[in-house]
Parts: sequence; C-alpha cells; structure tokens
Amino acid sequence: MAKKVRVKNLCKSFGSTEVLKGMDLEVSEGEVVCLIGPSGSGKSTFLRCLNQLETPTSGEIEIDGYLITDKNTNINKVRENIGMVFQQFNLFHHLTAKKNIMMAPIDRKKLSKKEAEQRAMELLTRVGMSDKADSYPRQLSGGQQQRVAIARALAMNPDIMLFDEPTSALDPEMVGGVLQVMKELAAAGMTMIVVTHEMGFARDVADRIVFMSDGYIVEEGPPSEIFTNPKEPRTKDFLNHVL
Amino acid sequence: MDFYGVLTNMYPMLLDGLVMTLETSLLAILIAFFLGLLSCVMGMSRIVPLALISKFYVWVIRGTPFIVQLFIIKYGIPQVVQLWAPGFNFTIFQAAVATLALNAGAYMSEIFRGSIQAIDPGQMEAARSLGLPKTRAMIKVILPQALKISIPMLCNQFIISLKDSSLAQVIGLPELFYQGKIYVGRTFRSFETYIIVGCVYLIIITILSYIIKRIERNLDYGKKS
Ligand SMILES: Nc1ncnc2c1ncn2[C@@H]1O[C@H](COP(=O)(O)OP(=O)(O)OP(=O)(O)O)[C@@H](O)[C@H]1O
Ligand SMILES: [Mg+2]
Repeated sequence: MAKKVRVKNLCKSFGSTEVLKGMDLEVSEGEVVCLIGPSGSGKSTFLRCLNQLETPTSGEIEIDGYLITDKNTNINKVRENIGMVFQQFNLFHHLTAKKNIMMAPIDRKKLSKKEAEQRAMELLTRVGMSDKADSYPRQLSGGQQQRVAIARALAMNPDIMLFDEPTSALDPEMVGGVLQVMKELAAAGMTMIVVTHEMGFARDVADRIVFMSDGYIVEEGPPSEIFTNPKEPRTKDFLNHVL
Repeated sequence: MDFYGVLTNMYPMLLDGLVMTLETSLLAILIAFFLGLLSCVMGMSRIVPLALISKFYVWVIRGTPFIVQLFIIKYGIPQVVQLWAPGFNFTIFQAAVATLALNAGAYMSEIFRGSIQAIDPGQMEAARSLGLPKTRAMIKVILPQALKISIPMLCNQFIISLKDSSLAQVIGLPELFYQGKIYVGRTFRSFETYIIVGCVYLIIITILSYIIKRIERNLDYGKKS
C-alpha cells in the first residue's frame, strides 16, 4: 500500500534539550497508528513536527510524497491535507460551531458561503452536533467542542488526521462520544496517527501501536502483540502502569 | 457665588468648547486607532526596520510629555518644513488633532500588542494547521479576538485623550477649558467657571464609563445568543 507518511531520523531539540533523538516511522494509507508512551517522551513534539507546528532540528519528513522538511515545499498547501485535533480543542472562540468549520474552506478552497455551510452541516451531523451549529464554543461541553474540532479538521478533506490526546481534557462521560467519532473515521479508511492514553481504544482500533520513550521509538507492532506480549522491558513497565 | 448666573451667561461658550473638545478628541482617537494598529503590526513584523520604527515611535511618545509633543508639532516641525516650503504651517486644530492622535496611537499600539499576546497560542496553531498562512490566520482568527478584548482599554484611552485635549489650550485650541479661561479673563469668576468646566468633563466621562461598562459586560462570545 502507498506510504502516506515517511519519517527518517527525525531529531528535535529545544535549546539544549534533545526531545526527539532520531525517530523513523512509516504509515500506510488507511492505517491507524496509536502512539503511546510516558509523559514527556516527545509524543506531542513528534506529532507537531509532522505538520511543521514545530520545525525539526534534523531528519526528513515526507507526507503524501512531499518532502515537507524541504524549505521549498509550500507547507500551507500540505497542511490542508493534514487535519489536526488538539488536546485543548482550540476552537475559534469568536465563531459559532458552524462558522468554525466553514472558515478554512472559504478562505483556502474558495468555497462559496453556501457550499461551505452545507458541508459544515453535513460534518456536524456526522459528529452528532447538528443541533449545536449556532452555538459558540464556550456554550459547549468539552466533548462537544472536541467533536466540532474534529469536524473542523475534516472540512478541508484531509487524507491524514493527527490526534494529540483528544480525550485527555474531557470529563470521563464525554470520552465515549469522541472515541466513537474517531472509530467511525478509522472505519471509513482515514489514515490516522493518534497520541492517546486510552488503551482500550488503541487495542480496538489501531492497526499498529508505537511505544515511545525518551525521544525514541522503543517498540512497535500490532496491538495484539504489544499489549499481550511486549518484548522490551520499558514497554512492559509502562503497560503495567497504565493497564 | 452664583453658579446659575455664570452657567447661563457662559453657556454658549461652554457649548462651543464642548463641541471643539469632542470633535478634536473623536477625530484624534479615530486616527489613533489606525495608527496604533499599523504600529502594532509593524512592531510584530519580521522586517527589522519596520519593527524598529514602531519601537522608536512608542518609545519617544511614552517618554516625553504631551505638552512638549504639542509644541514640537505646532511650532517645531513647521519651522523645519518652512526651509523647503516657505509659509507652511499647521492650523491649531490640525496640530492638536495630530499630536493627540500620535500620542494615543502609541498607547493603542501597546494595547493591541498586549491583546494579541493575550490570545491563546492554540488559536494560531489551529488556524495554521488548517493551512492558513500566518497573515490570513492573523486576520481571520487572532485580530477579531484581540480587537474585542482591547475594546475596554481603547475606550479608556479615549477618556485619557479627551482629558489631554484640554492641554491643547496652550496652543490656543478653543476647547472647553480654553473657553473657561477666556470667560474668567472677562469676568474673574474663577471658582464657578472652573467648577462648571470640571463638571462638564465629569459628566461626559461618566457617560462614557457607563457605556464602557455595558460593553464589557457583553464582551464574552455567546453569552446571550
Ligand atoms: N516549546 C518547548 N520548549 C521547550 N521544551 C519543550 C517544548 N515543547 C516540549 N518541550 C519538552 O519536550 C519534552 C517532550 O514534550 P512532549 O510534549 O512532546 O511530550 P509528550 O510525550 O507529549 O508528553 P505528554 O504525555 O505529557 O503530553 C518535554 O520534556 C517538554 O518539556
Ligand atoms: Mg503531549
């Protein structure tokens, strides 16, 4: 299958702190990869490097055949193809749910207001939020905001979705709804890289688990292998703490 | 003491002065708004000379008294310009508005900068992650939110500028305080006149403050909708 993401020897330092120390990863089209690992191991930093919210110190990242670590690549164009969902939702506070979704397609893809609105309503329906189309973010619960945020990312028709702990800031009763939306997305064939502490979700939905620690990929494999029969002691140790 | 007599007697002058005060400060604050916005954008620009110009502007304005700025613009600048363009001059009104605008613009530049910095960086990241270039993200996401939170501070600056406009009487702007002075010169009723002038400022600013409070209360997005 076609490779959607290819990461080669990716390194990232903040000043003198080395956070990513040479990561290699390939993700195929339609694959769901769950990134797990202890706090501070560099999961967010890795994800943010993939759409250049962080500039890597060295290494190569290829997305959809575009070498995005090359300065000549138009990163804005590539980003349209990479949806990102944040732990803190980051919905635009000054726009309603519907307008949050409509903004980028109108601004970037030059959709008419009508087309964008129709698309926004479809997406809101898809994430079960059509009745809150005209609500502002602050009028929504965390779980509702996150579902709108997923819809907003989908509005640009990305073929890769990045999730950075999308349920970590949610009340427990809100987690299920968001995970359900993500499950449906995975089932629809979306290529997904998900940083998560939801081991149940990782086990059910992921094609592959990648365990990170201290800026390295320690171990990777299908969930059945990683969760039942981890090889590395560090993986075992981590899983003992979270399972 | 005869407040009523003084008031009825000087009322036409008072009204003229009030109109001039409002005209000057409203026009100045309007210009200052765009000046402040421009200076703020320049200050955050990656183009070093632009950023330096903005920093220099804010530094000079904040570091010098308003009255000195007023004299430099009314008397200093024309003298230099006259070397090339004999007969050049600013009218009193132009000089007052320009100084007031330049002055408030510098403070507004800082207000805008503070408001933009107060916006959660996650807003910019979300916009960038959707593919918006930095400038578009600024226009569509950051500025609308920053402008909104800066409204109370901008209104406050308006109050300051309105009071500062009384200083323009030293170059002869016939505003509220100036009219008071003229009236005292004619009648020697210092106490009543200046109390009345003070009260007019007080009333205007109280009304403005009330409006600001109302705006502040309705500032949150989606509080009522
Ligand atoms: N902008 C930054 N400047 C300096 N250090 C940073 C920055 N961003 C991250 N770090 C450091 O990089 C390390 C990895 O951070 P990162 O957020 O990637 O970890 P993480 O695996 O996502 O952890 P968590 O599970 O807590 O979210 C941490 O030690 C963090 O302090
Ligand atoms: Mg993280």
